[in-house]
Amino acid sequence: MSTIESSSRMKTNTTDISEVLIQYIYGIADNALILGQRLSELCGHGPNLETDIAGTNIALDLLGQTRGYYQYAAQLKGGDTTEDDIAYLRTEREYKNVLLVEQPNKHFGYVIARQFLYDMFHVMLLEKLQNSQDPTLAAIAKKGIKEVRYHQRFSSDWIKRLGDGTPESHEKIQEAINTLWTYTDELFHMTEADKKAVDMGVGVDASALKGEYYTRVRELLDASTLEVPEMKWFQKGGKQGIHTEHMGYLLADLQYMQRTYPGMKW
Amino acid sequence: MTSTDQHIATDLISILEGVSDPEIPVLSIMDMGVVRTAQYDGDIVLVEITPTYSGCPAMDVIGDDIITAFAEKNIEAKVSLVLSPAWTTDWITERGRKALEDYGIAAPLGEEADKQVLLGDKRLVKCTNCGSTNTKMVSQFGSTACKALFKCEACQEPFDYFKCLK
Ligand SMILES: [Zn+2]
Repeated sequence: MSTIESSSRMKTNTTDISEVLIQYIYGIADNALILGQRLSELCGHGPNLETDIAGTNIALDLLGQTRGYYQYAAQLKGGDTTEDDIAYLRTEREYKNVLLVEQPNKHFGYVIARQFLYDMFHVMLLEKLQNSQDPTLAAIAKKGIKEVRYHQRFSSDWIKRLGDGTPESHEKIQEAINTLWTYTDELFHMTEADKKAVDMGVGVDASALKGEYYTRVRELLDASTLEVPEMKWFQKGGKQGIHTEHMGYLLADLQYMQRTYPGMKW
Repeated sequence: MTSTDQHIATDLISILEGVSDPEIPVLSIMDMGVVRTAQYDGDIVLVEITPTYSGCPAMDVIGDDIITAFAEKNIEAKVSLVLSPAWTTDWITERGRKALEDYGIAAPLGEEADKQVLLGDKRLVKCTNCGSTNTKMVSQFGSTACKALFKCEACQEPFDYFKCLK
């Protein structure tokens, strides 16, 4: 009797731990997926050949990282779940990406500002995630950090070029920074899954990265002759699955093939 | 080969050397350093490969090509992907670096020099056409994620540079 009891309690425990991990993984991986999706919209539409290629290369890196995370989540879920189910067959509320990454491309300034504001965070996050006690997450982070540093280099370069460029480029990049700034604070919000993952030694305490993030961002904006927006009220919700109006359209595009031809394979 | 933790049964090496990188066909996957283990498990061979970049689309093709190469020798192979330890450009062999250069892709510099070129304006990458180091980066990303696009100011030819990944 006592054996059964303790073994069933253990089972609940393992399920809980898997569920926390899965939710934690979505919180990171969905950012990479959705940002990758946004960037791949640029494929063939970049302002010039070099930035077109750069955008799609960065998208490819992000989608590659996403696959690593989703394969792991699928394994934790068990049963027949595959990475594709997770990528293509969830409802909008089940995606836990931050609002920043789903914001539309509008013009090149928005692409670069969004990328820069996320890259700065992404590098800091993966630097810490490399030390996760979860060997799979640590391995994905160690691999990903090498790529994300290149992304950050690319977006920072363009922030400088546009900010310190012509009056028009300056005005456009400033406008994008001002518009997207309201989505930056959410990067540091901790969900229940985030907090539990930190307690378990597998997750990163994102809230602790906030000070350093704004310092680094501020430095680069200064160097680019751009103003740092003054803002007291920030948008949030993506981490709880409450998205902006842009998300539904993005998902319609992303999920179209799997929804129309269920189980379709390349 | 400078890579650590590489376990490849000696008699399997020649088969693996026959499989080329689909994006850089002059390079074998062995010279690329992406094969981590190849060992017999009873009648079958278990191969572990590691991606150069997370999203490298060549990995699926490489996996299929390995299975085909072994099948031609009547050996069944299973291929799996490992992420750790992460691939670095240090694992490209000397022969691989030479093959890259001959193919028109400048081989990766050391980490410090690479930074000076990609972040600063140092001119250290040698043009694969004329050998001049009077070259400059046109774009951080080239035809694939692992390469940057360069231009030679001496002979005016564009060329790819294989970025240092550490
Ligand atoms: Zn030249």
